[in-house]
Amino acid sequence: MIATLVDALTAALILLGAAFALIGSVGLVRLPDIFTRLHGPTKATTLGVGSILLGSILFFSARHGLSLHEVLVTLFLFLTAPVSAHLIARAALHRHCKSLAPPPEDSDHHARVHSDKQ
Amino acid sequence: MLNLAVLMAMLLLGVALMLNAWRLFSGPEATDRILALDTLYINAAALIVLYGISIGRPDFFEIALLIALLGFVSTMALAKFLLRGDIIE
Repeated sequence: MIATLVDALTAALILLGAAFALIGSVGLVRLPDIFTRLHGPTKATTLGVGSILLGSILFFSARHGLSLHEVLVTLFLFLTAPVSAHLIARAALHRHCKSLAPPPEDSDHHARVHSDKQ
Repeated sequence: MLNLAVLMAMLLLGVALMLNAWRLFSGPEATDRILALDTLYINAAALIVLYGISIGRPDFFEIALLIALLGFVSTMALAKFLLRGDIIE
């Protein structure tokens, strides 16, 4: 009874996580510019992988006693995803990648950057 | 039931990997390619964890941890190279 319940919960978590990872990758392909494309992988994919790792914790805890190794991977991913997203966004700003957002009205910096570029 | 769920999840992750590879090869900017590589690393770690579940061995998480670690370091190095033109100044 308990084993069936644990298996069902594990299956649900794994499927949910894989669906979220797929949604993140679809966002990576379909969104129009780099600054919007950053949203898909850094949020949806991280959440999906976290869900898969939660399912793994449940699965192995039910069979071999409490196993919390996967928490390490989850913690590491949740700590590093924002850092790498920040660095990629800064690199994109530095290279003047095409952005959909209009520049702010009252910003000298943007005016200077755009006049430099032309 | 669990085997079927793991198989389905592997299929979904495989489609996700193909979409990432498409962005990796056709990304208009270098930053798009770096983002696609980062996502590829994370999805590969998830796929390894799923494989560990499917054959029932609990020591595949170390491989996933290594992949996540190397992926973060390489993403940081590539983004740093684009930002500064150098990795270790």
